[in-house]
Amino acid sequence: MGKEWTVKLILATIKPYKLEEVRAALTEIGVRGMMVSEIKGFGAQSGHTEIYRGAEYAVNFVPKVKLEIAVSAEMADSVVETITNTARTGKIGDGKIFVLDLADAVRVRTGETGQDAL
Amino acid sequence: MKRLITPALAALAASLPAAAFAQEAAAPGFDEIGPYIMTTLLFLVGGFLVFWMAAGFAMLEAGLVRSKNVTMQLTKNIALFSIAAVMYWLVGFNLMYPGEFNGFFAFNFVPTSLEPVGLAAADADLGYASVASDFFFQLMFVAATASIVSGALAERIKLWPFLIFVVVLTGIFYPITGSWQWGGGWLSQLGFSDFAGSTVVHSVGGWAALAGALVLGPRLGKYKDGKVNPMLGSNLALATLGTFILWLGWFGFNGGSQLAAGTVGDITDVGRIFANTNMAAASGAIVALVLTQLVFGKPDLTMTLNGALAGLVSITAEPLAPSLLGALLIGGVGGVIVVFTVPLLDKLKIDDVVGAIPVHLFAGIWGTIAVVFSGSATLGAQLTGIVAYGVATFAASLLLWLVLKAVLGIRVSEEAEINGLDSTEMGMEAYPDFSKG
Repeated sequence: MGKEWTVKLILATIKPYKLEEVRAALTEIGVRGMMVSEIKGFGAQSGHTEIYRGAEYAVNFVPKVKLEIAVSAEMADSVVETITNTARTGKIGDGKIFVLDLADAVRVRTGETGQDAL
Repeated sequence: MKRLITPALAALAASLPAAAFAQEAAAPGFDEIGPYIMTTLLFLVGGFLVFWMAAGFAMLEAGLVRSKNVTMQLTKNIALFSIAAVMYWLVGFNLMYPGEFNGFFAFNFVPTSLEPVGLAAADADLGYASVASDFFFQLMFVAATASIVSGALAERIKLWPFLIFVVVLTGIFYPITGSWQWGGGWLSQLGFSDFAGSTVVHSVGGWAALAGALVLGPRLGKYKDGKVNPMLGSNLALATLGTFILWLGWFGFNGGSQLAAGTVGDITDVGRIFANTNMAAASGAIVALVLTQLVFGKPDLTMTLNGALAGLVSITAEPLAPSLLGALLIGGVGGVIVVFTVPLLDKLKIDDVVGAIPVHLFAGIWGTIAVVFSGSATLGAQLTGIVAYGVATFAASLLLWLVLKAVLGIRVSEEAEINGLDSTEMGMEAYPDFSKG
């Protein structure tokens, strides 16, 4: 063990159309992997109404893309900064970023742990 | 290319068969059998076009229900068409076209039989068409009526009670009311005019659907706390394909209803009907597209599809007499009807999943009234027909739905409805790889 908090997990939700731009920018600064999922949720941008066959209905959850990126603690700040700068439009609904401490990371193929696994 | 045959060549060509036939004096010339052959051909081509409308209804309905109910909707469509085909042979055709009868009900429960194989010209009814082609053509119409009901009642009705309703609708209700007009019954003698069936086919389906929707009730959660909760269709590509298929089939529906193609006048009229039918559909679609943009702030594809169909239903009562401009106006009103009556039904908490009642009943009534503008009938005769078909079909359908509800139950359980009819009633999902919608 002995690798306390040297690996961070960055959870970021962004607008779906920003995904490609964010991926490119993160690759640029040396991020070598990420997990991406299409999600729905709500925050300050609390849904909107649509109309179908003349009847209005509420869309309570807004589609977002969620990124999960495990990086070394030293890199975490620049990753957060890059996502913030790239995904920002200035309008409501740009998303959130959460940074978590990771107890450990393991590369399945080799069994390497901690930062070596990233 | 048309002009390549010179008068001399044409005269030569015409004289050749005449010379050949001169040997056998008994054989009728083309002048005698030509109209029979052409009209029979019209029924066959018209018939397979109208048959294809069954595919159109199936795709339209499959697209407008949620993905968890698609298998059920498709099953109902193939089943109802097949039941209609058998019932129309068993009793329908001869109930609807009994020949001489009292004008209201022909006690003529006889299955349809066809001409013998290799019919000789001398034994044929040369003034009309082959019985087989006529039967084949007419049975496609009753199937359309049943399809209308299936769309309106989608996503909550049990399969077998629905199919029992189809048996009675296609074997009894539709043929009896149909005989009033197309069988030479009391409404045709009164001067009621319905060329291809705005009322006889479409409104009848619409009335049966309305009665069913009232007895069945809306889908769970559709109307809650005074609000309408739309349930989005699962596949608008299929719904659009279905609409185009119906549009294509309608050329046979209206064109074939000329019921004759053996003279220059008749075949020209068939062409005129095709062009008018197409115009009414186009105008219904455009009007619905523009109106949904203006009224709701966004164009609504599903109502634009309904608009095209409402245009088609509107022109069906008189697709021959109007000019192209007339067809445009008649079909356009169909589009208006859709955009304003779809929300109206929701206000009344009548849940019609695919818009069958606005398209087939309301536009059918409009189309039947519009006949008056071309002078083919009086307003009094048209209103009499509309009311007669409405009262008879609605009352008979309502009674049958209530009996089915009391005896068998017509609605699936709450759990089955929420989980979807495909997994609960059919055990087979249309899109097993997709998430439920």
